[in-house]
Amino acid sequence: MRLKDLFALFRGPSRTEGSASAAKQRLQVILAVERPLTRGQPDFLPLLQREILEVIRKYVPIDERKIKVEVEREADMSMLAVSVELPNAALSRVI
Amino acid sequence: MSQVIVVTSGKGGVGKTTSAAAVATGLAMKGKKVCVIDFDVGLRNLDLIMGVERRVVFDFINVINDGIRLHQALIKDKRVEGLYILPTSQTRDKDALSREGVERVIEELRQEFDYVICDSPAGIEKGAYMALYFADEAIVVTNPEVSSVRDSDRILGILNSKSRRAERGEPPMKQHLLLTRYDLDRVAKGEMLKLEDVLEILAIPVLGVIPQDDMVLQCSNLGLPVVLEPKSTAGQAYMDAVRRLLGETVELRFTTPPKKSFVNWLLRRTA
Repeated sequence: MRLKDLFALFRGPSRTEGSASAAKQRLQVILAVERPLTRGQPDFLPLLQREILEVIRKYVPIDERKIKVEVEREADMSMLAVSVELPNAALSRVI
Repeated sequence: MSQVIVVTSGKGGVGKTTSAAAVATGLAMKGKKVCVIDFDVGLRNLDLIMGVERRVVFDFINVINDGIRLHQALIKDKRVEGLYILPTSQTRDKDALSREGVERVIEELRQEFDYVICDSPAGIEKGAYMALYFADEAIVVTNPEVSSVRDSDRILGILNSKSRRAERGEPPMKQHLLLTRYDLDRVAKGEMLKLEDVLEILAIPVLGVIPQDDMVLQCSNLGLPVVLEPKSTAGQAYMDAVRRLLGETVELRFTTPPKKSFVNWLLRRTA
């Protein structure tokens, strides 16, 4: 062990330590988004977003811009996240 | 049965030409008859890496467009039997590569050579498309780094959709990952993507892992394909990859850090 390494022991984990896992995670996310676009498969997200919006609209008046559809890919699972921001008025009426 | 193999990556500077030169030379060292073609029209470099830059008279583009015969342009390597280099033009641009012309040259090479190695330019423009279009197999050169992995993924998509095999609905091109500039120390520290990470993301079989090795630069300084330098760990790893390409089962080397035991440390100190 060199002196430098000994100092590193006391300094604790450096800022760059473990950045490889961040790289992996970022790649998995971006490729999940890009692959449908670059590999000629249908990009269903915009259509999905529109249809979900239509269904919700049947029950509550919502703003088109307040809906977000995201896909995240982890090592062994994919997650489709749909978040809809409801106006206060609509929520109180539903409850 | 002749095999046409493209060495490609999308991203520039990851080691395509070094790898194409090493694999072609390695295959010839194994007794195969090999031709390696430079597809980077206007930015030729394979001739330098192979150390034949002073021997270029005619090139690939002359054969396609100017009625020069293939054998007038092929450069025979003086070190390894059965190894030929087809350099490209330094003055023309990629429009000089017509699909029909490239097809004619590759078909002619297939008659004579066991392996035709196509060294692709970076990017996804015409030169890169021409290099991969007629290939039977692809070696995707990737560095363990985010932009390189992303570009490799993009290239895999193109191989599966834009190659002649894909257009004709033939069996898909065989694809191999060649992970280069692998720095074991940085992988051990968690600073660099490890082989398993890259494999998980790209999901193609690994042909080889080439360790970071200062000898690669020294070999390129000399115009020596790195497999001709037996002391180079990168050269040894390339030879392993060549043997795998030929169907041998060869265990991966240089993928786990040497054990940090006191005895090892002492040995290294006293060596």
